[in-house]
Amino acid sequence: MLWIAIRMLTGDAQKFYGLLFGIGFSTLLITQQMTIFVNLVERGASGVYNAPEAEVWVMDPVSRTTDVSYAMPATALDRVRSVEGVEWAVPHLRAQANVRTKEGDLEGVAVIGVDDATLIGLPKRMAEGDKSVLFAPDSVVIDDTGTTRFFPAGVSPIGERLELNDQRAVIRGIADSIPSFTSTVVLYTRYSNALNFVPGTRNRLSFVLVGVSDGQTAEQVAARIEEKTGLKAETRAEFSQAGVNFIIENTGIPTNFGITVFLGFVVGIAIVGLTFSLFLRDNIKQFGALKAIGVTNTKIMAMVAAQAGMVGLIGYALGVMGTVAFIYGFSANPFFKGFYIPWQIPLISLAAVVIILAITGLIAIRSVLKTEPASVFR
Amino acid sequence: MDTKAIGGCAPEAAICARGISRDFEAGQTTIRVLHGIDTDIRSGEMTFVVGESGSGKTTLISIMCGILYPTEGEVKVFGTDIYSLTDTELVNFRLKNIGFIFQQYNLIPSIDVAANAAVPLIAQGVPIAEARERAKVLLDKLNIGNQANKLPRQLSGGQQQRVAIARALVHEPRLVVCDEPTAALDARSGRRVMDLLREVAVAEDRACIIVTHDNRIFDLADRIIVLEDGRITHDGKEMPDGH
Repeated sequence: MLWIAIRMLTGDAQKFYGLLFGIGFSTLLITQQMTIFVNLVERGASGVYNAPEAEVWVMDPVSRTTDVSYAMPATALDRVRSVEGVEWAVPHLRAQANVRTKEGDLEGVAVIGVDDATLIGLPKRMAEGDKSVLFAPDSVVIDDTGTTRFFPAGVSPIGERLELNDQRAVIRGIADSIPSFTSTVVLYTRYSNALNFVPGTRNRLSFVLVGVSDGQTAEQVAARIEEKTGLKAETRAEFSQAGVNFIIENTGIPTNFGITVFLGFVVGIAIVGLTFSLFLRDNIKQFGALKAIGVTNTKIMAMVAAQAGMVGLIGYALGVMGTVAFIYGFSANPFFKGFYIPWQIPLISLAAVVIILAITGLIAIRSVLKTEPASVFR
Repeated sequence: MDTKAIGGCAPEAAICARGISRDFEAGQTTIRVLHGIDTDIRSGEMTFVVGESGSGKTTLISIMCGILYPTEGEVKVFGTDIYSLTDTELVNFRLKNIGFIFQQYNLIPSIDVAANAAVPLIAQGVPIAEARERAKVLLDKLNIGNQANKLPRQLSGGQQQRVAIARALVHEPRLVVCDEPTAALDARSGRRVMDLLREVAVAEDRACIIVTHDNRIFDLADRIIVLEDGRITHDGKEMPDGH
């Protein structure tokens, strides 16, 4: 009977494609929006991800994220280095600055000062050039967001000069980094250079990046640093989560994306519910005849479940493929750089599709189950 | 299954109905459409149930074939008190023992003729390929074997009714119930369908009930039961005078 059920559905092309559209569109909307949401809020942790060597981040107790920090006195670095279990500790500066572009526009940039000797604090990979270029005078490495923001397509920024807070900076490399939540252009330079580029207050040290000794865990060392120095110390996982939480708590993004996902769900229920009900109503005489002939309600429910299952699977696959195509299609755009679909999201979409089909199927099938076999004689 | 005797039931009766009444609710009012019907339907006969619209003939055959519970009375089909069965047992009883031919055919539009004719076998769990083959044999007998791979909408009304006949007989039921089988057909097609039905549906061990008010085919009946206002007013070989 399931074969008949599937043929009944596919034979009504208009409603079959309508159902596929409903499920596919819902899946696309839910999957795509949740993917963008997750990747966007993860940008709140991009500062942590871009400094992969640091196992513990030490900061002033009021600092919250890589972008919301309060500078510490330079002596904090020595205090941290003196804590047992700290293998190495390097200074890390994060500050805002202004750049006058060639066209004369003013752009805000983030300046990140990495350790002068080890260059710890730079992203793992370079898109162009070598990390050692930072040892040259007035040298900066720009992130790939900056190359598209400041320079026309096809023009290499290498060797270009910038007026950075009224001082000369020369771009000598391009970092392969994860863009920040605001997609602000980032310029990496050595810590000592950063102090010149970004004049400021008495305290300039934003963070101390720490590596832990063998036999120690990041949690143990972070706890010991807090105990011995009175500073705040968070493991890489904790601090990246703090960045994500900051975005969730301080922006309207969860609400906005939540509304869109909810609308995807509602649209799915509306389109699928209406189309499915119409399909079953159009076939009510056939279902009535089947019941009269001797098909049990259980088999009828199995038939409707098979129809819903087939539409659900194909529609879901189309929706997920649409999301993959979307992410792939926009992968060259710096805003979508590094976007991926976490494995949990397709599962959540699948659950949403199952719920949509269960709700609409149950509503639609009531009319079939209520149909008396005797009605076919009327 | 309850096979206890119902009073006055002929042992050879395919259907034995005693004291059948049926009420329908219409708002606050209860309308009785059948009033204590007693009748037997015999195998080997083509029995016509005739009457004006609203006389209760459709309700009577619905009850006799196990798709509508009576308000009062008992029905035995081939010795089984069908309304003492559970719902599932009753559905399975219908699937095994009864073939239906509907006025509007009620064929499934998106499956081909052979599959439509094979539906009762498929519902019984017979593999689709085997069910189709068995249906094709019957379609050949009904002279539409060459249409087996077409969709119902590609056939004429008479051909669709033949598919419905094939569907009603493919699982070799012992009771065939037809609701106005010629109502949607012109006189010639209707006559041809009835001839075919008589040829393939009437057998020594099979009963055939036809609900109709098509007086063009009354001469094909072995027996005619006339219903008026929910009561049997005539039961004989021919239509009474004045009808």
